[in-house]
Amino acid sequence: MKNFFKIIILSLIIMCGYKSAYSAEKVEYLKTHWSFKGLFGKFDRASLQRGYQVYTEVCSSCHSMKYLSYRNLAEDGGPEFSIDQAKAIAASFEVKDGPNSDGDMFTRPGKLSDKFVMPYDNVKAAQAANGGAYPPDMSVLVKARGGGVDYIYSLLQGYEEPPAGMKLDDGVYYNKYMYGNKIKMSNQLSDGLVEYGDGTTATVEQMSKDVTTFLMWAAEPHLESRHRMGFKAIIYLIILTVLVYFSMKKIWSGIETKI
Amino acid sequence: MSDHEYTPKSKFGKWFNDRLPLLTLASHLTDYPTPKNLNYWWTFGGILTFCLLTQIITGLVLAMHYIAHADMAFDSVEHIMRDVNYGWLIRYIHANGASMFFLAVYIHIFRSLFYGSYKSPREVIWIIGIIIYLLMMAAAFLGYVLPWGQMSFWGATVITNLFSAIPLVGEGIVTWLWGGYSVDNPTLTRFFTLHYLIPFLILGLVVLHIWALHVPGNNNPVGIDIQKPSKDTVPFHPYIVIKDGFALLMFMIVFAFFVFYTPNILGHADNYIEANPLVTPAHIVPEWYLLPFYAILRSVPDKLLGVIAMLSAILILAALPWLDTSKIRSAVFRPLYRQFYWILVADVLILGYVGAMPAEGLYLLIARVATAYYFIHFLVILPILGFKEKTLPVPLSITEPVLGGSPNLAGARIKNKKNL
Ligand code: HEC
Ligand code: HEM
Repeated sequence: MKNFFKIIILSLIIMCGYKSAYSAEKVEYLKTHWSFKGLFGKFDRASLQRGYQVYTEVCSSCHSMKYLSYRNLAEDGGPEFSIDQAKAIAASFEVKDGPNSDGDMFTRPGKLSDKFVMPYDNVKAAQAANGGAYPPDMSVLVKARGGGVDYIYSLLQGYEEPPAGMKLDDGVYYNKYMYGNKIKMSNQLSDGLVEYGDGTTATVEQMSKDVTTFLMWAAEPHLESRHRMGFKAIIYLIILTVLVYFSMKKIWSGIETKI
Repeated sequence: MSDHEYTPKSKFGKWFNDRLPLLTLASHLTDYPTPKNLNYWWTFGGILTFCLLTQIITGLVLAMHYIAHADMAFDSVEHIMRDVNYGWLIRYIHANGASMFFLAVYIHIFRSLFYGSYKSPREVIWIIGIIIYLLMMAAAFLGYVLPWGQMSFWGATVITNLFSAIPLVGEGIVTWLWGGYSVDNPTLTRFFTLHYLIPFLILGLVVLHIWALHVPGNNNPVGIDIQKPSKDTVPFHPYIVIKDGFALLMFMIVFAFFVFYTPNILGHADNYIEANPLVTPAHIVPEWYLLPFYAILRSVPDKLLGVIAMLSAILILAALPWLDTSKIRSAVFRPLYRQFYWILVADVLILGYVGAMPAEGLYLLIARVATAYYFIHFLVILPILGFKEKTLPVPLSITEPVLGGSPNLAGARIKNKKNL
């Protein structure tokens, strides 16, 4: 039995050790407290709403979010805007629809069921407008980067003067946390860039945290129910395991082997 | 099968059983005499069956929502994650289930290596096991291609390209595998078909594996033949059922922890970027469970020889019953083999580690030494050891070490109590 635990624990260490061997270059990211980490982690609702504001007012002019719909903004476990707020948000966008009965395309105000409107028609257009670099779609961006939220949080605050002697082309910027330190996105955040409705001061740090929280939700919209269900499932399994353990002891009590 | 004759009690039961002896089979399975000294290393067979069924059931649900098309596969997986009811749960169970499956199979294989379970009369069980393991690797590789992320695409490109090492026909085979001149939609659709098929082949082989097991019966930590049924055995039900169930539950707790709290830790972040033939990822690495073989592949400078080395590393296992010349099964009574066993374990772990690192400099050197040692273990050490090793006295029955009756066992028992 002790042996068994040793095997399991050893194997887990090995599995996770392999995993960390993947992420070869280790950088120290900026640290902050994320409310959604841990066994009971939940999103900070206000932070998600502010993060959405940063996304629409700043990032959405370049970055799409093609897997999200306006209805998601009102769903449980997300920013939880009221249905009316979400409808109003959707209606503030022009959506291309059609063809109508005359065979023409037309635009209309957005509905809850519409996907987030894309800033560019296609990847080529996005590249053309950004000096050849494609601003990646943000729906799963947090999961698509090894460092996850810490990386994105740091990246947004990682703009610095390039070290002496480093030559940067036009439209390329130095960022401490970017792979290879060269990024084709200029520094997007500056203190007071947005005006938060809830009176929070919009420092660069605050905006980075809010928008990153929002991106985390966008990538894992069911994170809260996952954590809730996980806790219940594991408690259930532990109770069952204990019960089965005692039944096993009872059943084996007539046999002189240790179990 | 050494079963007593079974007659159903009810009239209908008897009528049916005379025509299809399902009840006889059920009775065989519940009464199946099992050595009573099996330790928890032996619970992984049941755990593996659970893993296979989990993959099949979650896989079927995924297949209802998944779209095998290069333009839609990535989107459809995101659709599963966001809009299908509990789709995220099903997918995370399936993706992490593959890792748990391999974790269990590695423990299961190394169990056999330690206790000599591959030796006569269990060679056929062992060889079927190796075929299952090969098919599992194929299934997992094919499955990893389906979400059509960057690692899916580039992993598929690297692995299929290995076939081009075959002289003369290599290039032709690769084109044939791809269904075109690069990994593309035709590749994806056939990979999906095969990914769907292989688990059912595995299921069939599992039935044969267990059938072959029930002929000689289980090996055991002492590694000696036992009388069945006898005071050395217990009936499978309820004794082994409850014990396997207990171990399975503990395994499920670990499994649940991965699924619910760190569902992406074992995957690669790049697989959340949609496949793009124009952008090569910085490092192309396979899933953790294939890394030791990847290291062997890369440690040989020649491509063809590398592929041959990688395949031989697996196939050599099939010859193991004949490479290991020792008559004694259990490592408990083989003091030297025991040490080489742990060196082999370390060697495989090292191979896995260097498999994840870039193949250059010191890493490459380590990979080469570890690869060489892997083959030396099986081709040189094991055959010689069987003749040279001075083994410890083996007890006559498993009741002996359990009850502590035999004086000549004392030495082995004190040193190795924990392995019995
Ligand atoms: C002017 C257009 C533009 C705006 C506005 C913009 N970005 Fe970007 N972003 C880009 C481009 C272009 C890239 C690709 C950079 C590269 O590949 O070098 C990029 C890349 C990124 C990346 C990925 C870096 C990596 O690891 O590859 C992140 C994260 C990111 N942006 C976050 C944001 C956030 C958050 C905002 C809003 C606060 C934002 N961006 C606003 C153009 C923009
Ligand atoms: C031996 C058993 C199996 C293994 C080891 C296995 C392994 C895998 C792996 C590693 C993936 C990629 C997971 C990811 O990163 O998303 C995958 C995906 C998939 N598998 Fe399986 N699988 C098995 C059985 C099955 C079966 C029986 C089916 C269907 C009947 C199935 C259907 C699918 C589908 C549709 C996907 C794509 C969706 C996704 O990527 O999540 N699998 N499988």
